[in-house]
Amino acid sequence: MQPAVEFRKISKAFGAVQANADVSFTINQGAIHGVIGENGAGKSTLMSILYGYYRADSGQLLIGGQERAIRTSHEAIALGIGMVHQHFMLVENMTVLDNVMLGSEGGFKLAAHRKQVEAKLREICTRYRLDVDPLAFVHDLSVGAQQRVEILKQIYRSANILILDEPTAVLTAQETASLFEILRLFKEQGKTIILITHKLGEIMEITDQVTVMRSGRVVGAVDTVSTSKEQLANMMVGRPIQSELPRAPFKPGAPVLQVQNLNLVDAQGVKLLDDVGFTLRAGEIVAIAGVSGNGQSQLMEILSGMRLPTSGRVDFLGRQLPYAGRAHADGLPATFRKLGIGHVPEDRLRDGVIKDFSVMQNTVFGYQDRVRNRWGLFDFNAIAKRCSHLLEAFDVRPQNPDLRIGLLSGGNQQKVVIAREVSAQPKLMLVGQPTRGVDIGTIEAIHTQLLRLRDEGVAILLVSVELEEVRALADRIVVMSGGRITGELNIEEFDTTRIGLLMGGMHKS
Amino acid sequence: MKKTELPRWATAFVLPLLNLVSALLVAALAIHLLGESPLESLAILINSAIINPEGLSYTLFYASTFIFTGLAVSIAMKGGLFNIGAEGQMYVGGLGLTVALLTLDHTLPAWLLVPAAMVGSALFGAAWAFLPGYLQARRGSHVVVTTIMFNFIAADMMNFIIVKYLIPEGQQNPASRVFSDAAALPQLNTWFPVLGDTPLNISFLIAIAALVIYGVMVWRSSWGYQLRATGLNQHAAHYAGVSISRMVIVAMLVSGALAGLAAVNSVMGSTHYLSLNFPAGAGFVGIAIALMGRQHPVGIFLSSVLFGALIQGGFDLSLEKPNIPQETFIFIQGLIILFCGAMEHFYGPAVLKLINLGRKG
Amino acid sequence: MDDFHIASILVSTIRNAPVLMFAAMAGLFAERSGIVDIGLEGKILASAFTSAAVAYSTQNVWYGIGAGIAVSVALAMLQGYVSITQKGNQLVCGIAINIAMSGLTFVLAQYFFQQGGRTPDLGQARLFDVVLPGTAFVSNIPGLGWFYGHLLGGHSILVYLAFALVPLVHWVVYHTRFGLRLRACGENPHAADAAGVSVEATRYTAMLIAGVLCSFSGAYLAIVQSGFFLRDMSAGAGYLALTALVFGNWRPVYTVFGCLMFGFFGALQIQMEGVDLPVVGRIPGSLIHMIPYVVTVIVLAGLMAKSVAPKAIGKPFVKSR
Repeated sequence: MQPAVEFRKISKAFGAVQANADVSFTINQGAIHGVIGENGAGKSTLMSILYGYYRADSGQLLIGGQERAIRTSHEAIALGIGMVHQHFMLVENMTVLDNVMLGSEGGFKLAAHRKQVEAKLREICTRYRLDVDPLAFVHDLSVGAQQRVEILKQIYRSANILILDEPTAVLTAQETASLFEILRLFKEQGKTIILITHKLGEIMEITDQVTVMRSGRVVGAVDTVSTSKEQLANMMVGRPIQSELPRAPFKPGAPVLQVQNLNLVDAQGVKLLDDVGFTLRAGEIVAIAGVSGNGQSQLMEILSGMRLPTSGRVDFLGRQLPYAGRAHADGLPATFRKLGIGHVPEDRLRDGVIKDFSVMQNTVFGYQDRVRNRWGLFDFNAIAKRCSHLLEAFDVRPQNPDLRIGLLSGGNQQKVVIAREVSAQPKLMLVGQPTRGVDIGTIEAIHTQLLRLRDEGVAILLVSVELEEVRALADRIVVMSGGRITGELNIEEFDTTRIGLLMGGMHKS
Repeated sequence: MKKTELPRWATAFVLPLLNLVSALLVAALAIHLLGESPLESLAILINSAIINPEGLSYTLFYASTFIFTGLAVSIAMKGGLFNIGAEGQMYVGGLGLTVALLTLDHTLPAWLLVPAAMVGSALFGAAWAFLPGYLQARRGSHVVVTTIMFNFIAADMMNFIIVKYLIPEGQQNPASRVFSDAAALPQLNTWFPVLGDTPLNISFLIAIAALVIYGVMVWRSSWGYQLRATGLNQHAAHYAGVSISRMVIVAMLVSGALAGLAAVNSVMGSTHYLSLNFPAGAGFVGIAIALMGRQHPVGIFLSSVLFGALIQGGFDLSLEKPNIPQETFIFIQGLIILFCGAMEHFYGPAVLKLINLGRKG
Repeated sequence: MDDFHIASILVSTIRNAPVLMFAAMAGLFAERSGIVDIGLEGKILASAFTSAAVAYSTQNVWYGIGAGIAVSVALAMLQGYVSITQKGNQLVCGIAINIAMSGLTFVLAQYFFQQGGRTPDLGQARLFDVVLPGTAFVSNIPGLGWFYGHLLGGHSILVYLAFALVPLVHWVVYHTRFGLRLRACGENPHAADAAGVSVEATRYTAMLIAGVLCSFSGAYLAIVQSGFFLRDMSAGAGYLALTALVFGNWRPVYTVFGCLMFGFFGALQIQMEGVDLPVVGRIPGSLIHMIPYVVTVIVLAGLMAKSVAPKAIGKPFVKSR
């Protein structure tokens, strides 16, 4: 039997970045094939080529044994290739039915085909246990349900090769299990599944073969049964990962942050934060663990002054944070910074830096009022000196203060942000997803930096979706699910299964 | 090594120049279709606007007004706001200076009247920009449409005020009374007689001072830094502690004040009375200048002089060539906004290819 | 108060609305696809001039309208090129077109007709009015005669076209394949792209439709309402049309209500001029003239309607991978 997909020496460059270099491997029909690698390994680019978003610079692509040039997503769909993206491609103010019909309406007048499509969708839902109402509006559906709509779309279009890009990033453990059941059903029906992920556990659990990518190249292609998590991790990273970073013994000081009964209700009446409360002491790292989208981001926004809570009380160094009496959080982050709260934001490019400003300009971002004279003008000499000191101390590459920060790699951008926040000597550091989009070497450096801060007596609140990161850094772990705290544990009590259950909404009984 | 991005000098000089030339080529085509020779027209224009010293004086006189409207639009743009309302703000600024002068011009000496007029025009201009700024900051109403509406409202309101309150007894002409002789801007021809009997006055020097202050404020001050951050990325600016609504409102106030100041040259420096529709499109020219000059002080200056030349040369041209009326320059203005604003990266890929020719990839 | 003819105000409302309706429908297609159409004003002016000029020169109204369509479509395609292919700033492009057309129409009118920037009166070469069957029969019945003969009937054919367009536009946008793709491109172009829809082609088509619809606005102004082209005769109609869209939440039927509202204020203005009202006396013309623009600001301040624009509006579509 011909392989479902074969890549032969596929190469693709974006400007100076070689995203794929001589990528060659085959994907068997009827298999669940995993493609694993770190951020920037080239997995997404490769799949985009398969789905027609990009053309490869060189190499061949064979579908079912026949060489194809896939120029548009339309052509990919015609060849039976379907893709479930990490960021859903759904029009929120339309129904599931309309979303599925988009692109395959079956005629000029919609009404003619609506009934047919609806019937077919219900049939597919039953067969694969997808549990979605075709007439529901997408914005009313949960994240897990929206993902099932994406899968439904592909099945409706008779996809035989289904690409799933980091599907479990937004799912709880239970939803992940349901998803895997669905995938197994697909496999029984003879469909081919390509699973892109960086989670080793999932690869071992469900795939038949694995291809490992690193820096745009294929570094390993194995049968899942004959490999192990450790082996895959080594191939992914290229060197053994340091398991334990040095840290001083745990001697927490006085309470720095006291959160009590924090509630957040959004404009639609959805409770984003439900009676959240915890304490954070000096010299302590508390990690908020949980799947993305369970209130952690909103919690960080509130604690950094970027957003107002609906109700509740937060005390910082014994004094209440000034949320009361305000209509909006406009300008509040400046007040919080002055009080001594530093913030490394989750979304670096949206919140943390100005892409078009230079590195030097970004080192004063948020602290612009501390580097001006009494006329309001900047003291450029002082800023430049401080900047070069920071760039060197934090090993930012390239060490060029005048470079537009958008040109630096994610890891180096993050180093600038952390350098900036740390050098303001905060009493409390809010850190959101510090190693997202950051290369392995820099991850270690950032972790070391955070531990050093903690040893110096700073209180750190860390939000991370990566359990490995939580385990490496936390003194205490607070688990959130559905906007509520479902459990708290010390680092000694760390247990993946228990935390997974808490993340999935199961309270400790 | 092949470059993947255009170097600074290409984006700052080459592209704007190519854009300007494109606009002028289209204009030349239009002139040709109107039955005139573009080269001859250009020659008349250059002669009238630059070479002739009195013409040059007029060119710089018009440029003085444009520098202010160009600054007004530029500073709003730096904050991410597209202020189309400079025309209305300049018009209402004229009312401000008129109120100041009509009240004080027989009591105060000359050297106090000019600052009084400037304060009046700046205050009224800022006031006219306040509501669009406030609505954008607090209600999310798009500043483009609100400022356009305020232009129309200004036209009607000023019409009403001039006709009802400002026309002196027995006069038919819709204008205020003439200001006293003391309320006059010192003219530059007192120091440079070669300029002849032209209205070029100290507001030209004030305009240059304004350009310098603008440069320092925007690029060297903390406020300017926060302004630019707001214009580039509001989310990040909020993270950095900038009060976005305050920044938007203040930016519009400053913008309106600058547009109001443009009235000083137009009214005090020229007619010495407030007349109907005196801005005559200067606010819209400001948009073209802000885009063409890329909101940079030197760019704004050069673009203002260019437009001053177009107006002065265009006036003489329209006398000699009736097929090229002054409205032609409104058309050219639109072309410049199109090429320098909407299509500013049009030549980017071609220039990049040219730069990379002969480089190893 | 008996100078106040409610009847003629209502008739005038119906006759004022089409200028805004055509432009608003045009804007609806453009904006639903994700493109901000600030350039409605320029397209109205260009088609007003062209249709009047060609209609006069050929003494044929239909050639005039056809020429107006061609010009408006050309401008719309330019906007499309700048917004879609060049991914340039859509607001700036629209303003550029408005200013350029303001100048160019005057210059061309002057060049061709030497009448101070206007076109000559069309006189007889105008469009016909539609007289509904049986009008003469009911004209003697008070109330009904007026209602049937002057409110429902007796308007120019373009007026009926404007109102007939509304259900058609509604059907196209909500019940056809093109409409579904149009709305997807305006809400989430990445989703449309992933579904195999060409976002570029859909947006260009939307601009084409906008060009055609907008040309009728200009033709109506020049041919039906005045009989000639006059400098800057659109007087902000393009922006009022955009406001009607905000007011109507980008839905065809509600947008038309907004157009009718503006038409009503325009009609009111004519009636109120020179009329002594109780308490306030005579209101100066310029203050009445201001009313539509003030209403626009009030609508935009969100005081009249809570409005949600198409999510992806104004942002050039760049495939992000």
